[in-house]
Amino acid sequence: MHIFIAKRLLIAIPTLILVSIFVFTLQKLLPGDPVLALAGEERDPATLDAIRAQLHLNDPIVVQYGRWIWAALQGDLGMSLRTNTPVTQLIAQKLPVTIQLAVMSMIVAVLCGIPGGIYAAVHKRRKGDYIVNILALSALSIPNFWLGIMMILLVSVNLGWLPASGYVSPVENFWLSMKTMLMPALVLGTGLSATLLRHTRSSMSGVLKSDYIRTARAKGLRPREVILGHAFRNAILPIITLMALLFGELLAGAVLTEQIFTIPGFGKLTVDAVFTRDYAVVQGVVMCTAVAFIAMNLVADVLYAFLNPRLRAKL
Amino acid sequence: MSDTSAALPPRASSRVLRSLRHNPSAIAGAAIILPIVILALLAPVLPIPSPDATSWTAIRKAPSALHWLGTDELGRDILSRMIWGARASLLAGVVSIAIALVTGVPLGILAGYFGGWVDMVISRVTEALLALPFLIMAIALAAFLGPSLTNAMIAIGLSAMPVMIRLTRGQVMAVKAEDYVEGARAIGLNHLEIMSRYVFPNIVPPIIVQATLTIATAIIAEASLSFLGLGQQAPAPSWGAMLNTAKNFLTQAPTYALFPGVAIFLTVVGFNLLGDGLRDALDPREQ
Amino acid sequence: MNFKMLASTALVAGLLAGGAQAADLKIALQDDPDVLDPAQSRSFVGRIVYAAMCDALVDIDADVNFVPKLATDWKFSDDGLKLVMNLRQGVKFQDGEDFNADAVVYTINRNMTMKESRRKSDLASVEKIEKTGDYQVTFTLKQPDASLVAQLYDRAGMIVAPKAAEAEGANFGAHPVCAGPFKFVERVPQDRIVLEKFDGYWNAKDIHFDKVTYLPIPDTTVRLANLQSGDVDLVDRIASTDADTVKANPKLGYAEVAGLGNMGIYFNLANGTGAKNPMGENKLLRQAFSLSIDRDAIDEVVFNGAALPGNQPWPPTSVWYDKTHPVPPRDIDKARALVKEAGFDRVKVTIKHANNPVVTQAMQMIQAMAAEAGFDVTLQSTEFATLLDDQSSGNFEVSRSDWSGRPDPDGNVYQFFTTKGGLNDPKYSNPEVDRLLNEARASTDPAVRKAKYDAFVGHLLEDNPIVYLGTQKYLYGFTAKLNGFKPLPDAMIRLQGVSKAD
Repeated sequence: MHIFIAKRLLIAIPTLILVSIFVFTLQKLLPGDPVLALAGEERDPATLDAIRAQLHLNDPIVVQYGRWIWAALQGDLGMSLRTNTPVTQLIAQKLPVTIQLAVMSMIVAVLCGIPGGIYAAVHKRRKGDYIVNILALSALSIPNFWLGIMMILLVSVNLGWLPASGYVSPVENFWLSMKTMLMPALVLGTGLSATLLRHTRSSMSGVLKSDYIRTARAKGLRPREVILGHAFRNAILPIITLMALLFGELLAGAVLTEQIFTIPGFGKLTVDAVFTRDYAVVQGVVMCTAVAFIAMNLVADVLYAFLNPRLRAKL
Repeated sequence: MSDTSAALPPRASSRVLRSLRHNPSAIAGAAIILPIVILALLAPVLPIPSPDATSWTAIRKAPSALHWLGTDELGRDILSRMIWGARASLLAGVVSIAIALVTGVPLGILAGYFGGWVDMVISRVTEALLALPFLIMAIALAAFLGPSLTNAMIAIGLSAMPVMIRLTRGQVMAVKAEDYVEGARAIGLNHLEIMSRYVFPNIVPPIIVQATLTIATAIIAEASLSFLGLGQQAPAPSWGAMLNTAKNFLTQAPTYALFPGVAIFLTVVGFNLLGDGLRDALDPREQ
Repeated sequence: MNFKMLASTALVAGLLAGGAQAADLKIALQDDPDVLDPAQSRSFVGRIVYAAMCDALVDIDADVNFVPKLATDWKFSDDGLKLVMNLRQGVKFQDGEDFNADAVVYTINRNMTMKESRRKSDLASVEKIEKTGDYQVTFTLKQPDASLVAQLYDRAGMIVAPKAAEAEGANFGAHPVCAGPFKFVERVPQDRIVLEKFDGYWNAKDIHFDKVTYLPIPDTTVRLANLQSGDVDLVDRIASTDADTVKANPKLGYAEVAGLGNMGIYFNLANGTGAKNPMGENKLLRQAFSLSIDRDAIDEVVFNGAALPGNQPWPPTSVWYDKTHPVPPRDIDKARALVKEAGFDRVKVTIKHANNPVVTQAMQMIQAMAAEAGFDVTLQSTEFATLLDDQSSGNFEVSRSDWSGRPDPDGNVYQFFTTKGGLNDPKYSNPEVDRLLNEARASTDPAVRKAKYDAFVGHLLEDNPIVYLGTQKYLYGFTAKLNGFKPLPDAMIRLQGVSKAD
């Protein structure tokens, strides 16, 4: 087991180095001078040159990259050009926000997706299955950003039930925090539910066809016990793995939802940084999401191996 | 996955077609997509107003007999812009997937077929690309190339490429182990012949399924980029760009934001249904 | 198990927070400000926060006259080479340090010399500043500069606490200390900036809030939704199309004010590769283009009537507006004739513009209008960051750009039209204009300056390196409980005299 994890960690290192090179190159390719973008209405050529020199933006890109990675290895991700805030501090401020959003979306997805998937599997190829499937397909096909806009219009503007935007820390005010994050979590959770539902359905229907379930049924166990007690326990394995993967994507993928609901999390930080050419922030945050993504992939693999007795024996 | 990659028996395509015709999901998908495609193709000859015809005395009007879906912020007919906008969305879906296929499939075949260091290099790069958030990458690429529909399609295509590489690689590795590939190697065919004649045809079905499903994702991605102002250029219409504008008039003209959203939704449902249907039809387990 | 406990403590905390004093004010901003150091900051929106946090030497009134703030009075010497300012006494910085001539000298020197300072060009005409009394400073100028007072009204004149600034250096923006009515508490980028009342403020009797929170909410619809739901008290700029919604709501108040800036179309005359285009080479075509635009129609359709159609760098309401050159009505026949006279039948031109919906809407109107005069306009929407770069590096034929405006007329023209001006992206060069603008800057007599600017406007409307469309109004929505809010043309939100009913 340890060897397995160690191997995976080793493979992750070149991947991360490649990610850092990609991000660095890509942002250097972006048109638009960051200094000019930040100067806004005040672009006096002499001042601009001074800032460029101060930020070493005139150095060859390889030198810039080397400088960045050397500092990064020592835990220094640089400063935001825009707000003069250390990138590490920005990450520390935004990560909890995005994690809260991801966790709440995941809860929404689990609450809708798993029972829905079980129901569909049990009623396979019957009316209930089709209805659930159509719902899942619709949930999968709604553009998130549009759903977000429509919900703001309906729930916030017309009904006035939930705040339209912003973020409140749960430590500061728990209920307000939940209320503020509920709508974004529902929007993000919609698509997730559908993905979970479809996988639960296929995993469950595979298990329901197997011999031991037939045996359990033949023994006269009640359907409820068969489904939840026996079948689900076996079907849950790939779903837990999937959840770990989806969680990794959520940390990186809440871009538009955060933009629509003005949630000061990772996604909004990244997009705004791309648009204002705040290089250090783009670089630091994308690296951080890549680490999270790779870590969640690793967790998924380990979970899969750990929860699967046959694989566990082999490790 | 390995099941789907089994070599198709002769006349497989006609069998697939037959099973597609009896697949409710595929039929429903086609029934949704076909009318949209036909409308989009016929846009120039349909009896609708020009999508660019402005009227500053009739801005943001609600749906009426004259303008079935109302007018936009410059008094243009929303229905007409929706029909013309369908071209942008469909094109974005198909072209970006074509880009992803053309770039991703060969790389995936190379990695899967040769293995070794070729595989090592391609796989590490693919993993690194997969670790970058899809939309962030598309946004950065679109910003790099400059906002336009073509560039949005390139950006989406390149962002979808790593998934294609990974899928193809897995399929090739499974096919490579089959007897007929071993046989082809034994009779001394060169790599190119083996890849094009024996490997490629057998990995096509799962790739078609994935491509169809990714068209759905690409349509949403194009709408997202246009929504951020990185897609279709004014005054040419696209559903995402219409939503971007409509968002500013939510309280005055809520229906303006409703129609393009519904159109995107329906088209995406259509491609998802079609993809599901194709998967069932191509998957021997479901026979 | 702990969750329940946590939840109930949080509930109590929530109830306590819910019962907060009515003297809290929440303001929704259009953008997130950049670094909060007056010496380093660049963004327009940052100045809105300074309006509550950092008093400057000078302020403006509703008619854009300069009035005392930290300086009580000032006078230029007859040769215009010295500016003497007397300072307010009994003023304290938010950390308790005394405000005096030393603090002013320190701040101005910091602005002129600190490596990270962005104020160097604002103070370019200043040779040196000296303390000439405990509460008096004297600026010595390299050449006469009437616009210096305007600079001292803006960030260059916001006085910071010397001890704190010295200790923090370039990181001062993380904990700014000024002499304004509200002191800095905390900032979470993209989320909020929190200020609290400074009890030692020199004009504390006019301040009626204990706490002010600024929330950056870029989306206009979401900003408005927050106001409607009561989550914020005041919205920094609502969309013009939302004005009627706000006016119709009895729970909301509405205010508007004409700005100081302009919306312009920039033609590349001599800036790099983009200069090779018929529009840049031929002033008749630019005149024709200007005549083809129906500015009133843009005002009606795009801004719902909340803009001031204009043709000069300042709004028609400004005292500096040259009334002998009024906004030209659309004249499509004359425009067509000018195109013919220039030797063209149709003119192909690409206009770059920012990729936001309001600008895009206006540009599509202009595209349609100009088409009738013979212009085949291709619109190229561009990200803001790229647009700035393209515009300054000459990678454009025609470009659409905004200027937020300055209270002194010099701030709207000098950098744009003088040959070496830092914002002269068209690379317009006219010795006569250079002379007029330099003379206008050198004089402290308003009548002399007005005559120079009028003469300049004549050249501007002949050559048209920039064609102006008008000035936007700033529109505000706020809760009806808010009393005393009066926006000024600079769009800074001043909280003196503003209060909120329970």
